[in-house]
Amino acid sequence: MKLTRLKAMAVKETLQVWRDPFSLLIALLMPFTQMFLLGYGFNLDIKHLPVCVYDREASQDSQAFLKRFQASAYFDIVQVAGNYGEITTSLDRGKCELAIVIPPDFTERLNDIGVSSVQAIVDATDTNTANIAMGYAQAVVGGFSTDAQISATDSKGRPLQFIQPVDMESRVWFNEALESRNFIIPGIVALIMALVGAQLTSLTISREWERGTMELLVSTPVSPMEVMLGKLAPYFVIGLLDAAFCLIFGVFWFGVPFRGAVSTFFVATALFLVVVLGIGYLISVKIKSQVGAAQIGLLVTLLPTALLSGYAFPIDQMPPPVQAVTYLVFARYYVTALKALFLKGSGIFDLAPQLLAMVVYAAVVAFLAARAFRKNLD
Amino acid sequence: MSNGSVPDAPISAENLVKRFGDFTAVDHVSFRIARGEIMGFLGPNGAGKSTTIRMLCGLLRPTEGHANVAGFDILREPERVREHIGYMSQKFSLYGDLTVNENLRFFGGIYRVPQDVLPERMRFAVEMAGLSGREDELVSSLAGGWKQRLALGCAILHRPPILFLDEPTSGVDPESRRRFWDLIHALSDDGVSVLVSTHYMDEAEYCNRIALIDRGRLVALDSPAALKQRSLGGALLLIECDPIGVAIAALPKAPGVHEVAAFGNALHVLVDDADAAITALPPLLSGQGVKTERIERIAPTIEDIFVQLVGGARPESP
Repeated sequence: MKLTRLKAMAVKETLQVWRDPFSLLIALLMPFTQMFLLGYGFNLDIKHLPVCVYDREASQDSQAFLKRFQASAYFDIVQVAGNYGEITTSLDRGKCELAIVIPPDFTERLNDIGVSSVQAIVDATDTNTANIAMGYAQAVVGGFSTDAQISATDSKGRPLQFIQPVDMESRVWFNEALESRNFIIPGIVALIMALVGAQLTSLTISREWERGTMELLVSTPVSPMEVMLGKLAPYFVIGLLDAAFCLIFGVFWFGVPFRGAVSTFFVATALFLVVVLGIGYLISVKIKSQVGAAQIGLLVTLLPTALLSGYAFPIDQMPPPVQAVTYLVFARYYVTALKALFLKGSGIFDLAPQLLAMVVYAAVVAFLAARAFRKNLD
Repeated sequence: MSNGSVPDAPISAENLVKRFGDFTAVDHVSFRIARGEIMGFLGPNGAGKSTTIRMLCGLLRPTEGHANVAGFDILREPERVREHIGYMSQKFSLYGDLTVNENLRFFGGIYRVPQDVLPERMRFAVEMAGLSGREDELVSSLAGGWKQRLALGCAILHRPPILFLDEPTSGVDPESRRRFWDLIHALSDDGVSVLVSTHYMDEAEYCNRIALIDRGRLVALDSPAALKQRSLGGALLLIECDPIGVAIAALPKAPGVHEVAAFGNALHVLVDDADAAITALPPLLSGQGVKTERIERIAPTIEDIFVQLVGGARPESP
């Protein structure tokens, strides 16, 4: 391998990327738009959920109960219904996502037997939102119940003895504010790396085939290794620059904490890039058309990263067979490492399993990629 | 043989065969090319010219036979071969999205031209291509003739002793073609061996020797003069007549006529006896309603030789 040839190759490739509007768009604009769109758009937090109420009792107690919903940051009472029909219409039209119905005997039952119930109807087309909404609603109801118990008196007007046997005080670690953005942004870095890396490189060899420059390249003494390293070097640098951009944007714009070492972040990113670039290159060698290569590139790198890396969809919530598959998804290790770096501040030794997995992956892909490109036209 | 020193025959091919499935593109082709010699590969499209050149450059592996280029076996040491050759073809181009100088610098780097001589060689290539002052233009914006001369410039940046040119002048205007051949002759004067393929028959005259190739086989290999001196087995007549189609149908049946071929709007007719035919043919033609405007004896061209050798499969005229 000769450095002169490697350099000539890298310079040429850089110039080509620089002059190709499509490549430039992917390299420069993609990280920004992805970060922006997903950072703002991908929000799993539920706040100000529209609620419709139907108070069939209209007593002081029932109003006090509903006030608690209004006071909660999670709910907004948007409509007061006069009958069940209105609730149904409201849910159907998406005007509200939760409906609370208070029975006519709410206070009566509460005073007589100390137990009462309210009905909650939830729009579960989005199960995730529905679950969370129910959880929050339960918490509001729970708060009301506790206060009701405390203020309850026996028939003689004396306060009832009330003891809460176990009280849980929870402390949330790593993502104290429970902001879903803090959990999403680190994963987006992986998504962008996969997107940029595979998209750019998948075009690099197919471009030579389509423009007819491959034959010329093959007729020169340049070695396959020089072609591969020379071609990938610029994309590797672009990838690292994009990663740095994502890190800065995530921390300073979105305010996501970064508690790990920046060096570890770049070690993990470099390993991930080797895998992604290698896969993109492999595809490019095998698929001679640019469009085909780009599409397969997306399929092989972006899709598994988006769906199976645990970037947004928790792996431990997946069915066991799918969980097993995720071990094959190289992005999984990177996403795990990224989340740990951003939120937990894990050190390089804590992340040894993930980094090691990526080293193995990188070695395999590099080996295959180096052997893929043959210098003849047969 | 592979000692790296340039032997007296920098290119030698022995029984080269290339098959693609059932199709035999190159069928036992053998030849040697001397130092400073320009050898022309002549033949119609699909005759196997490009395939032979690609095998010699190490782009394709021969199915059978072997070849030595610059003293290296093309099968065993293709990379060494590539260091000693320059290759260009009209079928592919330089990098259109790079400028003239960027292309030259790229190939200079790939061929590892020493840094101290590269600027001077680049300047030479730019001048040779007639692109002085346009070094920073994108190659995609250049017209065909310039592109081809620049491609030649890139192919000789590392001063290879051997040049393979695969239809280098295809699709280029006559003036550019003439300039291109001047360059090739200048290189051959410096001792560069050139193997050049073309389907322009008139370009044959520029070569020292010509290999006529048809359907993968080498049908003749000699100097243009020697080829033309070869007995055609008769005399060649030029006939201008109207309508030409009727004449093409009628003439082969006439006594003493061997071969009829259309050249532009005239006919070349191979006959036993020129004088007899000049008196006999016009009346015969007029009997078919064909008016003879001109009939005379002419000297054969390479194209006539080719038509006579391969019988009908005709190459393209310029």
